[in-house]
Amino acid sequence: MAEIVLAKITKVYPDGTVGVKDIDLRIADGEFIILVGPSGCGKSTALNMIAGLEDITSGDLLIDGERVNENAPRERDIAMVFQSYALYPHMTVRDNMAFPLKLAKVDKTTIDEKVTWAAEILELKPFLDRKPANLSGGQRQRVAMGRAIVRNPKAFLMDEPLSNLDAKLRVQMRTTLSRLQNRLGTTTVYVTHDQTEAMTLGDRLVVMRNGVVQQVGPPQQLYDRPANIFVAGFIGSPSMNFLHAKASDGTLGTAVGDVPVSERARKLLESKDAPQQLILGVRPEHLEDAAFVEDHLRAHGVEFEAPVDLVESMGSEKYAYLPLEGERASTAELEELAADAGTADALSSGAQLVARLPAESTVAEGKPIRLWFNREKIYLFDPANGRNLTLDESRSS
Amino acid sequence: MAGLATEHSSARKWRWGLLDAIVVVYAFIPVLWIASLSFKTPETLTDGRFVPRVWTLENYRTIFTTDQFVRALGNSIGIALIATFIAVVLGMLAAYAIARLDFPGKGLLVGVALLIAMFPQVSLVSPLFEIERNLGLFDTWTGLILPYITFGLPLAIYTLSAFFRQIPWDLEKAAKIDGATQAQAFRRVIAPLAAPGVVTASILVFIFCWNDFLFAISLTSTERARTVPAALSFFTGASQFEDPTGSISAAAMVITIPIILFVLLFQRRIVAGLTAGAVKG
Repeated sequence: MAEIVLAKITKVYPDGTVGVKDIDLRIADGEFIILVGPSGCGKSTALNMIAGLEDITSGDLLIDGERVNENAPRERDIAMVFQSYALYPHMTVRDNMAFPLKLAKVDKTTIDEKVTWAAEILELKPFLDRKPANLSGGQRQRVAMGRAIVRNPKAFLMDEPLSNLDAKLRVQMRTTLSRLQNRLGTTTVYVTHDQTEAMTLGDRLVVMRNGVVQQVGPPQQLYDRPANIFVAGFIGSPSMNFLHAKASDGTLGTAVGDVPVSERARKLLESKDAPQQLILGVRPEHLEDAAFVEDHLRAHGVEFEAPVDLVESMGSEKYAYLPLEGERASTAELEELAADAGTADALSSGAQLVARLPAESTVAEGKPIRLWFNREKIYLFDPANGRNLTLDESRSS
Repeated sequence: MAGLATEHSSARKWRWGLLDAIVVVYAFIPVLWIASLSFKTPETLTDGRFVPRVWTLENYRTIFTTDQFVRALGNSIGIALIATFIAVVLGMLAAYAIARLDFPGKGLLVGVALLIAMFPQVSLVSPLFEIERNLGLFDTWTGLILPYITFGLPLAIYTLSAFFRQIPWDLEKAAKIDGATQAQAFRRVIAPLAAPGVVTASILVFIFCWNDFLFAISLTSTERARTVPAALSFFTGASQFEDPTGSISAAAMVITIPIILFVLLFQRRIVAGLTAGAVKG
C-alpha cells in the first residue's frame, strides 16, 4: 500500500506523437482512482508508465516517496489486471495465482495459504486445478484478480478489467471489485472508457483527452461542475444537451427560445471579454415536464414546446428525444466525443434534445410536449476553448 | 431413414478409405521397394519380385561392419544435431525479436531471411568450396555445420516467428509485473507456449540437414566429415566386383528410421504446429 505521485509526467513516442502530456496527480494511499476518457486519450499509456511497461519521457514517478522512473516493473511491487486477463494458459489456476509468489521465492506453505485465501475471497476454490481454457469469462477475470491480490502489492493497476464481460456480469463484478478494494484498502488505479464504470467505482476520476488531464475530482463534482465542455459531454448518460446561444441584453437566444439568465450569469456575460456566441448545456434530467413543475418555480425558468420523435421507456423513467430546428452545437471537443461513441454521422442530421422524464409523464411520440428548465441549472461554455463559464469565479480565475 | 443414413455414411467411409489407401500406397511404393531390396540376397536382387524370395539381414550386417557407413552415420547424427541446435536457438531469438520488437531494419532482416531460403544452393557450391578450402574448413564438421545453419535459420525463423506472434504480448507484460526478469518471463511463460513451434522448427531443420546431399558431397572429400547421403554414393560392394545395391538400400532404410521415429514421437506437436494459428484459438 502506498501513495503514488505523478509529477509532470510526459510520454513522447519516438515518432514524435505525444501520448501523455504533463500529468500531475497525487494518488493517496488506499485511494481508488479512475483514469477515464475516450480511446486514444492516453489513459492506458499513463497506466503502463506507472506499471513500468512503458518508459517515461520526462517527469517523475514516485511510489511510496521513492522515484521509480528507471525501475523495472518487478522492482515496483505493483500488480496489474489486464483487459485480456493475460492468464498463463499452460498453468492451472493455482499455478497462475502462485506465479508471482514463486518468483518472489516465498516458501511453499505460505504460497498455499495465500492462494487458498485468495481463492476463497474470489470463490475460485473448485477451479484451482483447472487450466484457464476451461473457465468461463467471469472466472478467468477472477483468476486475474486473484493473481493480483495474492502478494499484497503496493498498488493495483487495472486496465479495463471488466470490458470483456457481458453487461450483467460486468455490473456484478463492479460491486465485487468495489467491496474487494474496500476490504483490502490497496491503492488502485483503474483505467476505463466507460463513464458509468468510472462514476460508480472511483473515489476520484481523472478525465483525459488527447494526453492531457481535463479535470480531476470526485464523480459528483465532475458531474455537477464540469471544468469544460469535454468533461460535461463525457460524464453522464444520456449525455448533456448542447445548444447554440447568442447573448444579447441579458438574455440568451437559443433554438428553444430566449433564455433570461440568472443574476450571476448576467454579470458574467456583461464582462468585457465574454464571447457573444456561447454554447448552452443542460442535463437531460433538468428538462422537466412542464405539467409537473410547481407554480412558484415556474418563473425561475424557461418553458418551451417541442415535438417528440422518440420515447424510450426505462420503466422507472422515460427518455424523450426532441428534434430541433437548426444545426447542432458543435466544437472540436464534442466532435471527438461523438466520433468516439460512433455517433458522429448520426448526429450530423441536426440538433436534438434528450429529456429524462418521470414514468408518470404523458409524453408520447408524435405529440409535442411542453418542457421547462430552471435557468440556474444551465451551463454556459465558451465555444472557442470549451471552458465552462458558469463555474464559480473563485475556481476559474 | 436411419438405416439409409448409416448405409450412406458407411459407403462414404469406404470410398474415402479406398482413396486414402491409394494415396498411401502411391507414396510408399518406392520406400517399400527399397525396403524389399535391402532384405534380398545379392543373387535374388534382380529377380524383379516385390516380396523377397530369400530374406536376409546380410546387407545390414555388412554396412554396420564397414567403417565407411558407421563413420558416416556418426557424422550425419553429429552434424545434423549440432546444426539443428544452433539454428533453432538462434532462430528462436531472432523470431522473438521479429515478433515482439520494432527495430530498424526488421523488414530487411525478414526479407534477407526469405531470400536465403529461396536462394538456389547449387550456385553457392563453388564459392563455398573455395572459401572453405582457403579457411581450412573443407572436409570438417564445421564446414558442413555452417552452411546448414545458414539454410536452416530462415526455416526456423519463419516457423518460430509465426508461433511467437500468436502468443499474446500481455502474457509477457503480466510476467514482468508479477516479478519476472526478462529472462524468466521468456523461460517460464513464453518458451513453454512456443514449445510446439520449437519442436516443429527443430524437426524441419533436422530433416533438412539430415537429407542434404549437395553440400555433403561438395564440401567433403574423406570419411572425416562425409554424411550418409554422400557416403552412399561411395559405397562399394563387399568386393569391388559386387553390386552395392543391397547395401545402399539397407543404408537408406537405416537413415530413414530416425526421421520416422522423430515424426511419430512428435506427431501431435507437428500437426498442432502446422495448423496452429489457422483459426483463432
